[in-house]
Order: sequence, then C-alpha cells, then structure tokens
Amino acid sequence: MQAKLRIRRFNPETDKKAWWGEYTLEDVLRTDSVLDLLHRVKWEQDGTLTLRRSCAHGVCGSDAMRINGANSLACKTLVSTLAGKNSETIKIQVEPILGMKVEKDLLVDMEPFFDHYRSVLPYFINESAVPADGRERLQSPEDRARFDDTTKCILCAACTSSCPSFWADGRYVGPAAIVQAHRFIFDSRDEGHDERLDVLADTFGVWRCRTIFNCTNACPREIKVTEAIAEVKMAITSGKI
Amino acid sequence: MKTHVFDAVIVGAGGAGLMAALYASRGANVAVVSKLYPTRSHTGTAQGGIGAALGNLEEDHWEWHAYDTVKGSDYLADQDAVDVLCQEAIETVVELEHMGLPFDRLPNGRISQRRFGGHTNNVTGKPVMRACHAADRTGHMILQTLYQQCIKNRVNFFDEFHVVDLIRSGDAVRGIIAYEIATGELHVFHSKSVLFATGGWGRCWDVTSNAHSLTGDGTAICLRNGVPLEDMEFFQFHPTGIYKLGILITEGVRGEGGILLNGKGERFMERYAPTIKDLASRDVVSRAIFLEIQAGRGINGKNYVHLDVTPETVNKYLAAAGETRRIDRAYIESKLPDIADFTRTYLGIDPVEEPMPIQPTAHYAMGGIPTDLHGRVLLGAQKKVLDGLYAAGECACVSVHGANRLGTNSLVDLVVFGRRAGRHIVEYCRGADLGRLSTGTGEAIYGELDRIRNGTGGVKPFTLRRRMQQTMTDNVGVFRTEASMSRAAEDMRELRHEYRTKIQIDDKGQQYNTDLLEAWELGCLLELAEVTAISACARQESRGGHAREDFAERDDEHWLKHSLIARDGQGGYSLDYKPVVLGRYEPKKRVY
Repeated sequence: MQAKLRIRRFNPETDKKAWWGEYTLEDVLRTDSVLDLLHRVKWEQDGTLTLRRSCAHGVCGSDAMRINGANSLACKTLVSTLAGKNSETIKIQVEPILGMKVEKDLLVDMEPFFDHYRSVLPYFINESAVPADGRERLQSPEDRARFDDTTKCILCAACTSSCPSFWADGRYVGPAAIVQAHRFIFDSRDEGHDERLDVLADTFGVWRCRTIFNCTNACPREIKVTEAIAEVKMAITSGKI
Repeated sequence: MKTHVFDAVIVGAGGAGLMAALYASRGANVAVVSKLYPTRSHTGTAQGGIGAALGNLEEDHWEWHAYDTVKGSDYLADQDAVDVLCQEAIETVVELEHMGLPFDRLPNGRISQRRFGGHTNNVTGKPVMRACHAADRTGHMILQTLYQQCIKNRVNFFDEFHVVDLIRSGDAVRGIIAYEIATGELHVFHSKSVLFATGGWGRCWDVTSNAHSLTGDGTAICLRNGVPLEDMEFFQFHPTGIYKLGILITEGVRGEGGILLNGKGERFMERYAPTIKDLASRDVVSRAIFLEIQAGRGINGKNYVHLDVTPETVNKYLAAAGETRRIDRAYIESKLPDIADFTRTYLGIDPVEEPMPIQPTAHYAMGGIPTDLHGRVLLGAQKKVLDGLYAAGECACVSVHGANRLGTNSLVDLVVFGRRAGRHIVEYCRGADLGRLSTGTGEAIYGELDRIRNGTGGVKPFTLRRRMQQTMTDNVGVFRTEASMSRAAEDMRELRHEYRTKIQIDDKGQQYNTDLLEAWELGCLLELAEVTAISACARQESRGGHAREDFAERDDEHWLKHSLIARDGQGGYSLDYKPVVLGRYEPKKRVY
C-alpha cells in the first residue's frame, strides 16, 4: 500500500519555526511499524530526519512519539492498527511528544524527565543486614506480585508527555516518576517508603494528578498507571502501604 | 576539543558497563560514557533468565553448570574462565537480589528458576532448573536495578556521548574520544584506564534480534588500535526469532514446555537431540530448523517452523513424558507476558491459542576483544596485557562461550566479569599515573568524521548496509562453505572500498546529526563483518556456531584453538591462533 507521512520537522540550526514535512512511501506493508516507515524516509529520502530508536520492539523506550494524535512507541505501532481494513493508502501524522523541549525533529530534551525520575529515589533502599547464610532475601510470591505491574516501566515518557497536568506545569514529577516510586514503595523488602512518600506528597507530587487516565491509555507496556498513582495517594493519606 | 579527566572511563551502560561502574566508582573517579540513555541498552531486552546453580528447586552444582557451559561451547571455552563464571554466578545473582532485583519467587520465598537450553543435571542428562528469572524480562530488571544503584551511588554519566576512538600510546591507553550527540563536539576523556562494554554487532546480518544501535563500536575501535580480535567466526544464531522480523522469542518458552514443530506436525528435535530434545544447545536447534526447512518440512514448505506453547500441546507432551505439571493460560500470561505481547503486537497471534512462526535470528557474538579473568585486554598469541585497557560483556571474549553460548550465560558473563573488571580497575588506577596526551590527539577521528560529513560520492550509506546484511545472511549464516565465505569476504572488501570513496550523507549539521553517526557506525559493521568472514573461511572444521558443509566434523587435532585476527597494516588482515585453556573436561563428542 501507499503511505503518506506528515512529520513535524524542526532543525535548530536552520529553522526558526517547526514545519510539516510530507513524504510518500510505496510498497508499505500492513506489518510495517511506524519506525520502519520513519527509517525508510530517513534512509531513502532525507537523512536529516532525526529521531531516537534502538531495540525496535518496544522494550528500550527510545521512540515514544505522538502518532495520529496519540502517544505510543513508533516501533510498536503497526500500519495495520492505523489503516482501514481494505484501504490501499494510509495517512500517518508523526510529532514529537508534548510538554518537552523539541531539540530536533522528533527528538526532545529528556533531561527534565530524568530529573523528575531521579527525584523520587528510584532505587532499592534497605540498610538492614543481608541474610547471614549469604543467600537471597525471602519474599512471598504474593508480596512480589504486589508491585509487578510497575516493574514493567521502560521510562519512555509516553505517559508523562500525555498528561495535561504535566503540560500545564512541567514541575509536576509526572506519572512515570510515580510509577517508578510505586515499584519500590510496594516492595516488601524496601525500607525507603517514608522518604519517597514525602517527596510525592509535596506540591509537585501526586496531588497534581487529576485522574484523567491519559497516562494509562498511552502506556505501551499496559501498566495501570492511574491505578498506581491512586495507590500512592492512598498510601500518603492512610499512612498504610 | 573539551577535555575531561577521570581515573577510568567506562564505555557503554548495559549490564557489564554498569556493574563495572558500580564497583570501579567505589575506589576510583569514574565516568560512564554511553551513546544511549543507559536504560535503552540492549541488556534490557534479555528475556528468559540468568543461570546460577542456586539449587532452589532441585539438586544443582556450579560444576554441572561449568560442564554444560564447556560442552555447549563445543570445548572451545577456556575452562579457567568457565569455572569463575559458574562459581561467581551464584554470589552475583544473590548480590543482584540484595540490590533489589525483583526476581520471581517460589512459594518458600526463594528465587524462582526454570529450565533452559543445554543446562542439565550431569548425572541424568535431563534438563535442570537453573535459570533465575523475573518473568520474561530478566534483562530489563537487571538493567534497571544496576542503573538504579548507579543513581544511588552517584556515578557520573555522560549520556548520548558516542565513543569514536581510543587514545592509545604504545603500551598504554590514555582515554577515549567521544562525540557529543547534542552539539557535534568532540570530547577527550583523558584517563588512566578505559573499559569497553559496548555490546555486539548483530546488525551485520539482515534478520537479527539485535537493536539498531548494536554496531560493534568498541570492538571495531580496538581492532583499529592494534588489538587482534578473538574467535570472530563464532556468531550465534538463536533458533527462535519471529519469522522475518528476527525479534527474539526466549528459550524460556521451551523451558516452560513449548516445543518446535515442522510442517508435518512432527516434534523434529526428538530426532536431533533424543535426550533433551527442544532444550538442546542453540547451535544444534538452529541447524535442525535449517535442515528441516531445507528438506521441505517448513510450515507450508516455507522457511519457518512453529514454536508451540499452547497449553493443549504442552500438556500433551508433559503427560507423555510422565510429568505431573500442567500449564494453562494464566501460567503463560504470568511467566511469559512479554512474549505474549510481542506475538500479539507483531504477528496478531495469541500464543495461548496458536503456534508462533519462527526462524533462526542473528543473536550473539561469542568472539570479540580478548581479555583475561580481570577483563584486562590481551594482545595476540602471547597474551600480553595492554595496561589500562579493559573489556567486558558481549564485546569481550574471555572466553567463556567458546564456539556456542548457552542461554542465560550472557547475563552471567555481564555481571560476573563486569564486576571483576570494576574491581581490577580500582586496583590498577591506584598504582597508575595519568599519562600525557600527545599533540594531535583526536585529529585522525576528526578527519574521518569530516570525510564522512563532506563526502560527495552519491552513495547513501543504507544501500551499503543493506548489501552487507544480505551477503552476511546469505553467506555467513547457520551453514557455511568455502565458496560462500570467500564470496562474503570479497563483497565486504568491495563494500569497504565504496564506503571509503563513495558515501554521501544528507545532514551536514552539528546538532543531533544521527545521519553522520549512523554512517560512522556502518564503518564499524563493515569491518567486523569482513573479519568475521575471513576468520570463518580460515577455520576448516565445524564447531559450535560455525557449521561448514565442506568440513562437517569438529577437528580437535588441528582446530582446538582460538583464532586472532588483526589489521596487517596494508589494508588487509592477518590471522594467528592461541591454545584453548583446558581443564577438567576433556573434549569429547557432543550429544544432547
């Protein structure tokens, strides 16, 4: 089939304003991903097209973009999910994720995102002695299951950059940072939840969340993001994990 | 050029780089330089598990793990290194748990383990549960956990800095040159020591499980700086990549009971590996799939077979094997959630309902930068240590994988030898001086990048990349012959010539010039592909992942040795060899 791509372009060295670039590709397969198409544009037509990507199967988290108005990973969005059943042409619009500074074309400044991530103490805290027998700490399958969902996060920023509260004020730590905090707060082995909950109870913590569910819809890992945020809110108000 | 001074520079932020960084930063001033944000590293895509003889479910011993590794390597692994790997696997896995890694758990609270290819009870020869796992995203959890610990311990990161050269001064190293992707500036990282942990080069092939960023940068840089590369002919083709796409389907699927079926619905691995069947070593299974397809027994005669993990099939074979265990949808969703997600996304197939179409996919470099047990880089057949230079992980060759790596052992390799290298770097930096930089440092690479940026030959780099991937897939794949490998080597010589004289890129800018960097990466791939073809052509035997139609048998008399390939200074390459370190396990015929 034929694909017409409309891609938001911006080169800081030559452009004052962002613009739309239009590209036509022939012989597109329904099984092609949007990343495959962006690569074809870059490799066959215009090498200046700039984006991040690495693993190309939805695990590394490099290529979150706004595709036909919705955040997703370019490598995990197939033509078949965007095209009509028997259509011979398809139009795809690709933009950088919102709420972050565009550095070049589809590539945005991720530093503020990672600053928020680092602010929630996203690491295991347990200063108690490890088992004397030199073995692993024990954890029941039930305790392990308690935080399983949020261990899937790949830090792609699809959730945070889909959040209207984050668009309104970039100082909000955002859903991704809360998901990362959740992974430790509800880990029975971790001892840092008080510190983390203090950070998240602050002005730019969980209370900025207005339960809009954009984050949950955007998550390419199907993490129940809004639910995780709600659990953190509950932990703060109830004082119970 | 901006200059930074550190005791040690670690290049690459996957499992090996981060483990080394954690240990090295305890006693040295360390910078981690990575062309990706650390969490994008390819360790994160490892799925099925990390092998360690914890014995949480059944009897197991590190010596059994060692024997399996040596047998899996087709006796080419160095047995002193394998002993270290398998012994230290146990304490390192426990250490990862202490760092917070969320392994799956058994009812008694211990780390859950499952079966994996080539891992056996050495007494019965049956598969043993040794692969410690966190669902089917074990690598993701390892990468996340190590990065988290690096944040906790305030490790210095230079994210999106692309290494482009090593600063070597005779018998010592002085640091690296890195290209800052955001600005296009070259930076000098002046240091006492350098560790390469830059991963593999699966992008030399067309169908691969490897990320686009796996272009062998560190390995190619070492080759260019006079380090002969070891065992480059041994590249693993993982048997179960998604048909056409190459995306990996973990061996853990077969560990959980999944089986391979040909177009006639036969469980063909019964014929190739009567004892452990579908859980034979990867090289064995890949060859079996290839032979089934060649004999017209692919699905509908096409070049793929089925991997079937539907409860109906699995339970039928479990019952036939006299096992009481049964699986259901919930079990698959909890043990293989990402695999289920991949097949639904990319194939539109629910693996609980239908079998998955699979074919072998270029997966892992057994060879690479030769090192000793501390990750120190060794030069040539004399194994002379190049002071201050280290390598760990897939880019390195210790050699623990020999001619064929066992599943789960890549993750073990990363953390065991990353840790050892990190420790040794501390020791080395204490006693070493920061040598002087000579004038003209970085000029050569500046010139090379300039040449790429300003080339006017009209050939787009992707056309060369595609030709390289095609010729490597056609000629240096699962099965090889003299004719095919010579053809590949010739093609690569021609492609390298075109690369030097004809390429032209579109992006002439400074900021985020990924066009330029992709073209530079292609230079690495072309050179590694060429030395792979040359090393392969020279080895006149079949061993592990190197299977020749014209020399079908292993030949220990002539070829129980590691190859070493180096630039010869005249635009070509020269080969040398060094002996294998043997030990408890005498080479014998490999039967599964």
